[in-house]
Amino acid sequence: MATARPHATVEPWQDPNAEPILRIEGVTKTFGKVYAVDDVSLDIYRGEFFSLLGGSGCGKSTLLRVLGGFEIPDKGRVLIDGVDVTRVAPYERPVNMMFQSYALFPHMTVEQNIAFGLKQDGRARSEIEDRVAAMLDLVRMGQLGRRRPDQLSGGQRQRVALARALARSPKILLLDEPLGALDKKLREHTQFELVNIQEKVGTTFIMVTHDQEEAMTMSSRIAVMDAGRIVQVSTPSALYEYPANRFVAEFIGAVNTIAGTVVDAGEDRVVVRAHELGQDVVARAPQPIPVGTDVSIAIRPEKIDVREQPPSGEDNVVQGKVADIAYLGDVSIYHVRTDSGHVLRVQETHAARTADPHYQWGETLWLVWNAADAIVLAS
Amino acid sequence: MNGRKPFVLYTAMAFGYAFLYLPIVAVIAYSFNKSRMVTVWGGFSLKWYGELAGNTQILDAAQRSLLIAALTATLAVCLGTLAGLALARFGRFSGRNLLSLLTSAPLVMPEVMLGLSALLLFVSLEQLVGWPERRGLTTITIAHVTFCICYVTVIVRSRLVQMDHSVEEAAMDLGARPWKVFFVITLPLIAPALLAGWLLAFTLSLDDLVVSSFTSGPGASTLPMVIYSKVKLGVTPEINALATLVILFVAAGVTIAGWMLHRQGKATG
Repeated sequence: MATARPHATVEPWQDPNAEPILRIEGVTKTFGKVYAVDDVSLDIYRGEFFSLLGGSGCGKSTLLRVLGGFEIPDKGRVLIDGVDVTRVAPYERPVNMMFQSYALFPHMTVEQNIAFGLKQDGRARSEIEDRVAAMLDLVRMGQLGRRRPDQLSGGQRQRVALARALARSPKILLLDEPLGALDKKLREHTQFELVNIQEKVGTTFIMVTHDQEEAMTMSSRIAVMDAGRIVQVSTPSALYEYPANRFVAEFIGAVNTIAGTVVDAGEDRVVVRAHELGQDVVARAPQPIPVGTDVSIAIRPEKIDVREQPPSGEDNVVQGKVADIAYLGDVSIYHVRTDSGHVLRVQETHAARTADPHYQWGETLWLVWNAADAIVLAS
Repeated sequence: MNGRKPFVLYTAMAFGYAFLYLPIVAVIAYSFNKSRMVTVWGGFSLKWYGELAGNTQILDAAQRSLLIAALTATLAVCLGTLAGLALARFGRFSGRNLLSLLTSAPLVMPEVMLGLSALLLFVSLEQLVGWPERRGLTTITIAHVTFCICYVTVIVRSRLVQMDHSVEEAAMDLGARPWKVFFVITLPLIAPALLAGWLLAFTLSLDDLVVSSFTSGPGASTLPMVIYSKVKLGVTPEINALATLVILFVAAGVTIAGWMLHRQGKATG
């Protein structure tokens, strides 16, 4: 999993004086009795690559359509550069959208597709030609301008859709599952290319995706959505390492969750009685949690250390037997069943070259992790 | 077993085609018959075509029928497209289900009922407002349009439903206003459906006997009406010649339309 991009160290959302390019204020959209988007507020800043991440039906696409002007929210406001555009028609908004199906005009050539928006703006003919050529160059499609969409591959169509949406230099580009229709190999390649293009043109990108890896790779920040609400907004690394709740922890990457009750609370650590493990677990808690609270402990598989001998002096030690091994080339995943019957997922990196697994089925292992690496989540 | 299968299939196919097209071939062949007897071959001749060229009654009726069919098809495509658009694109508006029902009702209504109700309408209109003054070309056209609209609506609607709506949204997103989107994006993409609807309406109108009979007036007989009245007096080879010309005309129309649709299909994917 890649981390945030290097230039994302500039973080406008940390700056109290920064003016957001897009402000969403309490937007609610219902279809019948279903809350597709439920009281969402969000600030997005100039030059961000922002992702709306969630499962199907979480409201991310509806929110994007609200931004594009295709849905009018029941409540709330949308401001672009401080101007209220909540009820402005799609053809009068300074945003453009790249559709999931690409929505290329099948009866026009690639060039005509890209020129379409420029023509609507009434630009001069020579200016349109220059701009179309520049856009074709940007997406490396210079040779194929005279083709029609049905003569292009999926990847090429995706580039044309991107070029067409960027041609009018929108303030914000909306991308609805831009890589959803591509196969896995092409998708990975295109992820980086899309980020490079975004850096080159400097436009604010807002992307909808259900693919957490895609969101992690490309975004400056991610908003995780569930049931029409925003659950957490963070940088990819913060989302992974400091999930706000169990939903985010389980949605982003793999995680072991252990339910329990706080039995002792120190200054920055808690002792949790984990019924599933039949023992106590120590975890770091940034805020004090009162004794008796029901919590979940989340621990990522790669943060668990495996020992073949009983260790001493560690924060947490759990004993168990290897129940399953999955060899993935770069890493192996072990499922370790504790004496209480709970299964923990552990990840081991293959740093040295060997065809043998590190551990065998049925082997007794001691799993060790630091209190600081475990996250305490409200149940 | 495998070797016999094509033989059986080809035989079945031959019977099928024979059943469909042998009568038409017979009509064409007998249009070149010298003999006055329709069922007796008397040698090759073009004389019935000559007689047809001199028969002003038939030629007038043919001209009238073609004019009615062209007017009907054009009007039905305009109105049917609007109805199809409303049903496929305007979301849920009040009266949508009623409109859907009303546009498909004439598809299943007996033609006699359509003709009779159109006649009653025209008669009472004439008494109430004095228009249409007499029944003729105008009333036939209006009656034909009413039942042809449904066919066009069904075709256009299903094409619009199939079409990716986001293409229209994309055009709007790129700055085109709704009317512009309709003319520059929607219309070219549903053009094959419009052409198909136009041809269907044209054929239905050209071919209609029942509704025309009810809504026509003195001196405004359509071609099917003239043929029908002539056949009652016995078929003449002249009718065969006329039928051959109509078949040629229709075949040419279908071929051209098919070629255009094919080309369009290639262009729009």
